[in-house]
Amino acid sequence: MRTPLTIRIIQSMPKAGWAGLAAFALVAWVGIPLAHLALPESSPFHVSGYLLTLLGKILCYAVVAVAMDLIWGYAGILSLGHGLFFALGGYAFGMYLMRQIGREGSYQSDLPDFMVFLDWKELPWFWWNSDSLLWSLFLVVLIPGLLAWIFGYFAFRSRIKGVYFSIITQALTFAAMLLFFRNETGFGGNNGFTDFKRILGYSITSPEMRATLFALSATLLMGVLVLGRYLVSSKFGRVLAAIRDSESRVMFIGYQPLWYKLAIWTLSAVLCALAGALYVPQVGIINPSEMSPANSIEIAVWVAVGGRGTLIGAVLGAFIVNLAKSYFTVSFPEYWPFFLGFLFIAVTLFLPDGVVGLWRKLMGQRSAPLGPAASAGPPPADPVAIAKGAQS
Amino acid sequence: MTTVLDPGADRAGLNDPQNWQGPASSGRVLKPGELDLSHNVILYLEDICVSFDGFKAINNLNLTIDAGELRCIIGPNGAGKTTMMDVITGKTRPDSGKAFFGQTLDLTRLTEPEIAHLGIGRKFQKPTVFENHTVFENLELAMKTDKRVWRSMLAALLDDERDRISDTLKLIRLAGEADRRAGLLSHGQKQWLEIGMLLMQDPRLLLLDEPVAGMTDDETERTAELFVSLAGKHSLMVVEHDMAFVEALGGKVTVLHEGSVLAEGDLATVQADPRVIEVYLGR
Ligand SMILES: Nc1ncnc2c1ncn2[C@@H]1O[C@H](COP(=O)(O)OP(=O)(O)OP(=O)(O)O)[C@@H](O)[C@H]1O
Ligand SMILES: [Mg+2]
Repeated sequence: MRTPLTIRIIQSMPKAGWAGLAAFALVAWVGIPLAHLALPESSPFHVSGYLLTLLGKILCYAVVAVAMDLIWGYAGILSLGHGLFFALGGYAFGMYLMRQIGREGSYQSDLPDFMVFLDWKELPWFWWNSDSLLWSLFLVVLIPGLLAWIFGYFAFRSRIKGVYFSIITQALTFAAMLLFFRNETGFGGNNGFTDFKRILGYSITSPEMRATLFALSATLLMGVLVLGRYLVSSKFGRVLAAIRDSESRVMFIGYQPLWYKLAIWTLSAVLCALAGALYVPQVGIINPSEMSPANSIEIAVWVAVGGRGTLIGAVLGAFIVNLAKSYFTVSFPEYWPFFLGFLFIAVTLFLPDGVVGLWRKLMGQRSAPLGPAASAGPPPADPVAIAKGAQS
Repeated sequence: MTTVLDPGADRAGLNDPQNWQGPASSGRVLKPGELDLSHNVILYLEDICVSFDGFKAINNLNLTIDAGELRCIIGPNGAGKTTMMDVITGKTRPDSGKAFFGQTLDLTRLTEPEIAHLGIGRKFQKPTVFENHTVFENLELAMKTDKRVWRSMLAALLDDERDRISDTLKLIRLAGEADRRAGLLSHGQKQWLEIGMLLMQDPRLLLLDEPVAGMTDDETERTAELFVSLAGKHSLMVVEHDMAFVEALGGKVTVLHEGSVLAEGDLATVQADPRVIEVYLGR
């Protein structure tokens, strides 16, 4: 008898995990939206629009962190170009948001302002159907997914690994950034897209819309956690960990590592893109700086801080680093890059298993208990080597 | 049991079917990619040459292994034994020569996973198990099954698959260690685990590179018994330096030296061969 899939999905997460998820759902679907919408601003429990947006934004980052952890922590592939997929998802959805502005732009034209400014008379072909929400959501998945697949196919087929792979992904996102900086590319040049007004005709700045986008981000994160948990505890996850530890051995027992890497790589890129699509309406802007190499490196830092090889670690890392960042950038903006660099080095040297590893140590748990999930954790000496490679 | 793709062809009676694998193989048409044992030979190596930067590691090597045979390969260090296995499993491409699995399958044109799928399993000289996985998981990963991505995503172990794993665990005497991380096993236990992984793949031809290195005498003896019991149903090629072990296996022995075959025959004959004595004493 084969256990049905639904039961296996449920079994892939311990009871405490489901309880945590349920508590999170209650807070994210009911608690925080109500605290924003129903409580008066004078109440100490009122959640301001600023805080709601900040949290929604970090939820999107957390999705990216989990996506990164799936390939880095579990498959040993360090991408330093994941910001690209995030940004592409944002741009794909941003096209729809630009079209929803309608004639309310400064030039009162059917075309987005930047096109009028460039003296374009009609939409370029790739803006076809961009006023359809469904079509743009389809593009959110298709474009980054396709790019990741093609890039991954050639990279993995040529057996490009380790630092070389990381450097190529950096180059890829850098090249894309330069491309998107150009006005002729058709995505608003260095200003990107902004001044969004509506989604499906509803105002994008209304409290209800903000609460909805926040709840959707939380939902995406929960979905990604459940999916990720299932995958890493399935045989697929065990094959990935085996490829990470000894690729040639995996080939001799009859697996084609190429397709395994490609599957997790493409999935990871698509998850980033979905996060990007939810991020853009919440922050109200997308421009090529999202593709800057530094952004992609930051994603790796979140995962390293939280603890790679554990999904919850990725989420924690995204929250810790980004809450610190929003504090720093308000109080001492000029020190943030130094702090980030310091954090990365400190974690790499002293906390190779991140915050989660520290927690386990403090609780006296062995950091590598038996079982599929833990066995998928990276070998301890490895993060230092990879981090060193990434820095050079 | 098997699909007949080309009903027009009738190979029955063309060649004597091999009795060792039962009536299933007699008089039926082979699927493409299926092992053809119609000459009772499972592996042909013909005039294989491999050189590394001008150094000839394999030099006009000719070797055939019969279906169901247990063959021992001996030879001094650097004779090319491991390199020969690299050629058979697709890890190293020969500069020239032919390598066929059965009558029809050209090993020089296939990738490592494809060759593994056709039924050649390999145990490495240095034991290589997945150290971060448990003993059970190691066997699960090796098990013969559909190894495509989506199958692995949806796969759940069937009861008979579980049974196969626990049978193998008993056979390799690791039943008590099923949930231990493989990295924590002793050297000999790792060797056994790797043999178990090989058995889980249910290969037709097993290549075993120094399988008893690091084992105790008792473990070595049990390994010999296991291999002898596998012969017949499987074909085995065992590389070993341990002469007592080679003697216990009792099969035909091939001596490799400087990348080609120096002598072949039963152990006593090759040990008496003056050229073999010279090679071993001359080192
Ligand atoms: N990748 C390689 N590059 C260069 N030389 C190699 C390579 N692989 C093997 N050789 C050389 O080829 C020769 C044959 O090596 P091989 O490993 O096949 O010997 P062996 O018979 O398995 O020896 P041992 O009994 O020590 O395992 C050796 O001289 C070795 O140094
Ligand atoms: Mg060798």
